[in-house]
Amino acid sequence: MSAIRHLRHARKPAAAGKGLKTSAMIASIAAEGQKTRSAPFGHALVELAKTRPEIVGLTADLSKYTDLHIFAHAHPDRFYQMGMAEQVLMGASAGLALEGFMPFATTYAVFAARRAYDFICLAIAEENLNVKICCALPGLTTGYGPSHQATDDLAIFRAMPNLVVIDPCDANEIEQAVPAIAAHDGPVYMRLLRGNVPIVLDGYDYKFEIGKAKLLRDGADVLFVSTGLMTMRVLEAAEALAADRVSAAVLHVSTIKPLDVETIRRECARAGRLVVVAENHTICGGLGEAVAADLTRSGVRTAFRQIALPDQFLDAGALPTLHDRYGISTSAIVASVKGWL
Amino acid sequence: MPCSVLSVSELEARAKAVRRLVLKTTHHARMGHTGGSLSEADILTALFFRVMKNRDTEAERVDRDRFILSKGHSTPGYYSTLALRGYFPLETLDTFDALGSILQGHPDMHKTPGVDMSSGSLGQGLSVGIGIQLAAARTPAMGDCHTFVLMGDGEIQEGQVWEAALYAGARKVRGLVGIVDYNGVQLASNTIEAVNLEPIADKWRAFGFTVLDTDGHDMGSLVETLEKARELSAGGPVVVIARTVKGKGVSFMEGKHEWHGKAPNDKEFALAMEEIGA
Repeated sequence: MSAIRHLRHARKPAAAGKGLKTSAMIASIAAEGQKTRSAPFGHALVELAKTRPEIVGLTADLSKYTDLHIFAHAHPDRFYQMGMAEQVLMGASAGLALEGFMPFATTYAVFAARRAYDFICLAIAEENLNVKICCALPGLTTGYGPSHQATDDLAIFRAMPNLVVIDPCDANEIEQAVPAIAAHDGPVYMRLLRGNVPIVLDGYDYKFEIGKAKLLRDGADVLFVSTGLMTMRVLEAAEALAADRVSAAVLHVSTIKPLDVETIRRECARAGRLVVVAENHTICGGLGEAVAADLTRSGVRTAFRQIALPDQFLDAGALPTLHDRYGISTSAIVASVKGWL
Repeated sequence: MPCSVLSVSELEARAKAVRRLVLKTTHHARMGHTGGSLSEADILTALFFRVMKNRDTEAERVDRDRFILSKGHSTPGYYSTLALRGYFPLETLDTFDALGSILQGHPDMHKTPGVDMSSGSLGQGLSVGIGIQLAAARTPAMGDCHTFVLMGDGEIQEGQVWEAALYAGARKVRGLVGIVDYNGVQLASNTIEAVNLEPIADKWRAFGFTVLDTDGHDMGSLVETLEKARELSAGGPVVVIARTVKGKGVSFMEGKHEWHGKAPNDKEFALAMEEIGA
C-alpha cells in the first residue's frame, strides 16, 4: 500500500487524450473535453477557513490525493500529518473536536469505512462530535481493485447513528457542500471527488442543501434517482434516451442520510414512470435499497430498477472499461433502461 | 473542594472508600468489572483527589486536566471515585447499568458528570488524548491542561495503542500522560499466557515515551510518580507503569481472572467488605 500511496504520477486529464491509458490510480472520471475544476474541496476549505479559525485539517498521509494539500499549504499551522494511521487520525480528530475545533479528516473511503470504522463510530459518532470525514476514491473511481475501491462505504456509514452521509456529484456541489457541512453541528462523512473534477451542475441553478433531493430534469417515462457522480451519468443517459423519444427525469439525491423521503416518495408516486436508482456503490445497502425500503414502508408502488455495482469484489483495470463492464457507464445505463422499458 | 492538600493517609482512606463502593455497586447491580475496578482504585484516587488540576465538580473548567478511562470497562471504580469526589450523589451508584441511569455500563460523556470522554471500545483513549493535547497547544484558555489516559494491560494488546504511541512519541505531544494498570491479568487468563507484554517499559521507551514505574497500590509512591509524570510531560509523552494486583484488597479475588467481569454474591460481598475494612 505504501508504494501506491507514494506514487508521484502527475494527473493526466482525459482531455489530454490518454483515455484508456490513464493510470489506474489517478484515472479521471471526466469525459474527454468535459469542463473540470481543479481541487474544489481543497480550495473551498481554504476559503472557508479564512473566517472559521476552528477549522483544522488532518490526514493519514493522503493530503495530496484528497486535495487537502491545498489547505496544508495555505494554513500549515492548522494542518496535521498523522502518518499512515487512520485510527489515530480519527481518534485525534475526536480529541480536537471535544475541545471545540472542527477537524476535516481525510483519507481514502476504503480506509475510513473499513479500517477506522470503530473509531468513527465510537469516538466520533456516538459522542456526536463535529468531525468532517472527507474521503477520496468513492465507489469505483480507481482501477486498483478491491483494496482501494470503496464499493461498500455508503452501506457501512448509513448504518451509523448521528452521521450525515453525502455523495456529491461534481466540483460545483463539493464547493457548496464544504461550507454547508461546516454549518452542520455534528459528524459528517462526505465522499470526495478530487483532482480535476467535472463540472456538471452549473447549468441547473443548483443549490446544495443537506438532506434535500433536487429535481434537475423532468420527464414522463423514466425517473432516475441518483447520487454522486452517477447523476452526471444519468443526465447524459437522459439526453441519449431523449433521442429515442424516451423522456427521463433526474432526481439528484446527494444526501444519503438523512434521506429526503418526502421528495423521493412524491416523485416516485407519479404514475407511469419507471424508477431507476443509480449509484456508484454496491447494490447492497446503498441508495437503491434505502429508497426501495422507504417506498415499501410508505406504500408507494412503482416499477423499480437499480443501476449499481454488483455484489462482488471488482476487477482492476482502466476505469472506462470497468464502468462499462459493471454497468455504470452512460452507454451501459442507456442499454439497461431500454431493456427495461 | 480543593484536593491538593490531602495527605497520603487521607488518600489511602479515600481509596479504601472507593473499594467499598465498588463492591457495593457491583453487588447491587449483580454485574460489573470488579477485579479491574479494585486494581485501579488507588490510581484513580491519586488522580482525582490530588494530582489532577482544576477539576471543579460544580463548573467544568476549560483549563482542567482531562481524564480518559481508556480501559472503559472498569466503570464501578471510575463511578465510585467520581461520586466520592462529589460529581454526583453516592446513592446514584445504586443505579449503575440500570435502564435510564446516568451511569451506563461503559462511560458516556453526555450522561455522567465528570466524564470527559466516552469509552468502552478498548484501545481508543490514547489517540483521543493526543487530540485533546493538540487542541491544548493551540488554545490559550486551556492553560496548563494535561490529559491522563488510563489503559489496561490487556488493552495494550490492541494495535491502535501503538499507532497512537508512535505518533505521540514522534511528535513529542506535550501534556500527555498514559498510565498502564499493570495487574497482569486479563479476561480469560494472565496476560503472560495470553500475549506477553514484556519488556513493557522498553517498548514504551522505544516509541518515544518517558517511562516511570511505580507500585500502583503504594499511595505515597503513586502520588509522587504521577505528579512527576505530569511535570515531565511538558517535554513529551510520559507513561506510568503502575504495578497493580487485580482484585486488590479482597484475598479471594486477587490475581484471579475469574473476577475480571463478575460481581460478588451476598456471601462473597460480606466477606469482601470485611476484608477491606471500615
